[in-house]
Amino acid sequence: MYEFIAFYIFAIATTILFLITVMSKNVLYSMTSLAAGMVLISGFFFLLGADFLGVVQLIVYVGAVMALYAFAMMFFDATKNVKEKYQNPRLVFLLGGLMALIFVIMFSAPVIGDNIQALYPVVDEVGNAQAVGMVLFTKYLVPFEVAAVMLLVAMIAGIILAGKKMDYSLTKCEAVDEEMNVELEKGEE
Amino acid sequence: MVEIGVNHYLVLSGLLFSIGFMGVLRRKNLLMLFFATEIMLNAVNIAFAAIGSYYGDLSGQMFAFFVIAVAASEVAVGLGLLILLYKKYGSIDLDVISSMKG
Repeated sequence: MYEFIAFYIFAIATTILFLITVMSKNVLYSMTSLAAGMVLISGFFFLLGADFLGVVQLIVYVGAVMALYAFAMMFFDATKNVKEKYQNPRLVFLLGGLMALIFVIMFSAPVIGDNIQALYPVVDEVGNAQAVGMVLFTKYLVPFEVAAVMLLVAMIAGIILAGKKMDYSLTKCEAVDEEMNVELEKGEE
Repeated sequence: MVEIGVNHYLVLSGLLFSIGFMGVLRRKNLLMLFFATEIMLNAVNIAFAAIGSYYGDLSGQMFAFFVIAVAASEVAVGLGLLILLYKKYGSIDLDVISSMKG
């Protein structure tokens, strides 16, 4: 009963918030509704008994990723509305709607897979975080380390890509503007 | 009153994925395009967690963790590239940036 109510409230709210994200013309509204939708998605993880995943979703997505987007937004002008030239907006809605319809038909069918055995069954004696830790640090240790290396590579890439020419302003430095104009003219030739 | 089963979660995940897909097709601003990809990744995470809980298996949650790690590094590299593009072209609109004809 509680799961029913919670599921439908979360489902309707996330769908509306993500539709705002996709449809909005303002970057700020779009980002805020995305963050709110991600908070609500962690609610589904709590409903499914994946407590640790829900907490990670809150910390990593809402805390880190959205903060990164917020910082990146400072480089771009977020107050203006985004002007986008749409070719064929109807085709996009048609394709998206068709895909949604196919997904709904496909997933509302009864799940056939009775002979599937749980490879790493949920342990009842310990909490979710402990069970996740036990599986993650025994069976998934190598992927975990590879993910750690990948995050390190991503961090170095982010610093090197964004950190170049950080010492002068983009909008006030005329030398950069001239340089950019020269480059643009070169590109046009 | 219907019991909430795995199908409910899968249908919701499919709907959210379609919303993200529509955003990827529709958006011309690169930052908004990134938001749409985040929606798609989140939708897949819901499906992983739902199937994992349906079979009583922890592997679904594990895959969701790795998806989150991949998403975090994607954002770090992607935003770095976005800032470089903005410095070069002064815009993050795909129509302005695109240099190939066709």
